[in-house]
Amino acid sequence: MSELAIKHAVEQPGYFHSFAIRAGEKTLALIRFAGGFGVLCQQIGSEIIRRPFYFRLLIDQMLVIGVQSFVLVAVTALATGSVMALQFGLGLQKFGGTLYVPKIVSLAIAREMGPVFTSLLVAGRIGSGIAAEVASMKVTQQIDAIRALGTSPIQRIVIPRVLASMIALPILTLFADFISVFGAMIVCSTQLAIPPAFFVSKIFETLRIVDLSTGMAKTFVFAFFISVTACWKGLNTEGGTQGVGNSTTWVVVTSSIFIMVSDFFLTKFFFLTVFPKY
Amino acid sequence: MQRSGIALDIKNLHKSFGNKVVHRGVSFQLYWNEILGLLGGSGSGKSLILRSIIGLEKPDQGEIIFDGKDLSQMGERELFPIRARISYVFQNGALFDSLSVEDNLAYPLREHTRLSEKEILEKVNEVLATVDMTGSNELFPAELSGGMQKRAGLARATISSPEIILFDEPTAGLDPINTHRLVRNIKSVKSRGTTGIFVTHDLPAAFEICHRIAILRQGQIYTVDTVDNIRNSKDPFVHAFIRGDEDGSGQEPQP
Repeated sequence: MSELAIKHAVEQPGYFHSFAIRAGEKTLALIRFAGGFGVLCQQIGSEIIRRPFYFRLLIDQMLVIGVQSFVLVAVTALATGSVMALQFGLGLQKFGGTLYVPKIVSLAIAREMGPVFTSLLVAGRIGSGIAAEVASMKVTQQIDAIRALGTSPIQRIVIPRVLASMIALPILTLFADFISVFGAMIVCSTQLAIPPAFFVSKIFETLRIVDLSTGMAKTFVFAFFISVTACWKGLNTEGGTQGVGNSTTWVVVTSSIFIMVSDFFLTKFFFLTVFPKY
Repeated sequence: MQRSGIALDIKNLHKSFGNKVVHRGVSFQLYWNEILGLLGGSGSGKSLILRSIIGLEKPDQGEIIFDGKDLSQMGERELFPIRARISYVFQNGALFDSLSVEDNLAYPLREHTRLSEKEILEKVNEVLATVDMTGSNELFPAELSGGMQKRAGLARATISSPEIILFDEPTAGLDPINTHRLVRNIKSVKSRGTTGIFVTHDLPAAFEICHRIAILRQGQIYTVDTVDNIRNSKDPFVHAFIRGDEDGSGQEPQP
């Protein structure tokens, strides 16, 4: 900011005043979210061990989250794998490194692209879905009705969604990894003249269980965060239908940021703890 | 066995939301086998009293005595068995969107009883008949009219034969025919010796259903009396309130 601009801003008390208010509001909202998230985690921990356990609701949610997201994840994974193979292939062709494409692509998919892309898609589709559904239940007093009928919204609403997300997302990620690699193999075969047999042999040579499992481990964390955030926001929605819309957007944005930022730290964590042993 | 005496004793309830003080010492008693009407201006905190009784809101101060226990001091888990004994009829029915009418009605029975599915279905059909909704079992809330949703909500609240029923403006937003039908359904519930609190703005319905009427004003119970005494009251506020005189300060003062 230039000196003149700073002088101009300082001379306008309204600018700094409104900036300070907005910054304060954002900070308070963040603290409120952190506290609410923590309390909800504590409630999940204490309610998950109590009866009844709504197994049927868990299955229903797994169908909603897992099965209904499958096509979306499959198409995206196929496209991602294909594009990665094409980009790496054409890029490395200049240096005569085309044969490294299967190794690079499969590692990138298993460790990063599969988990992160699948989680972002699930955050968009399922995170928003959970937030919208729970928020609608909140504003139409269905959450109150669950409580008034002597049952727990944590047990009926939150726990099935959190568990279903934590089960479905790693499985979806595994599918996404395979489909991405398949897409990459097709592109390598048709565009880069790498035979499928060579591609598969290189993948078996490169990929280890730990690459897949660390990728899937990340999705446990992402799934927990997406689902708990969506439930928390849904349960705390106010302001009618506009509030439902705001909650939905907020959950998608917050979850996406969390996925991208925490992915770095999780990757660093795995590089420090798991990968040196292999 | 017909019970007598005090069913609910509300003592000195206080509740504020930020700077807005809603209750400033609400006290009244609900007796067994009576329906107590709770009237008051918009925003006077009538529904809040019902929500406090069932534990959906915690009062800042005061006691809600039921069966010798103070409900206001109970935690969420402790309230579960109480909520099986005190049911709540929500203003818009608050039916679960994802469940059919049958599953909505069966919900409290599946949660709190050991009845078989056959017995539950019999009970559901029996209660649906009492609210003129025979054959609506498979319909979903979105397929019901507003009046039917409220009647289904009433059916869900009464199906487990609770000891006390809290009615939160059940006739709000209904046309005269549906209002009449719902009032008839509630009177049918009343004829079984039901105890309850009936929050409403619908004076004819209150006069028809209730044994006594309490009027809430400025965060306190202004008066509690029999329907006839309220109807013929000479008190300027009560007189103005039940006649809807704008200059009678029937409305809550605006902050």
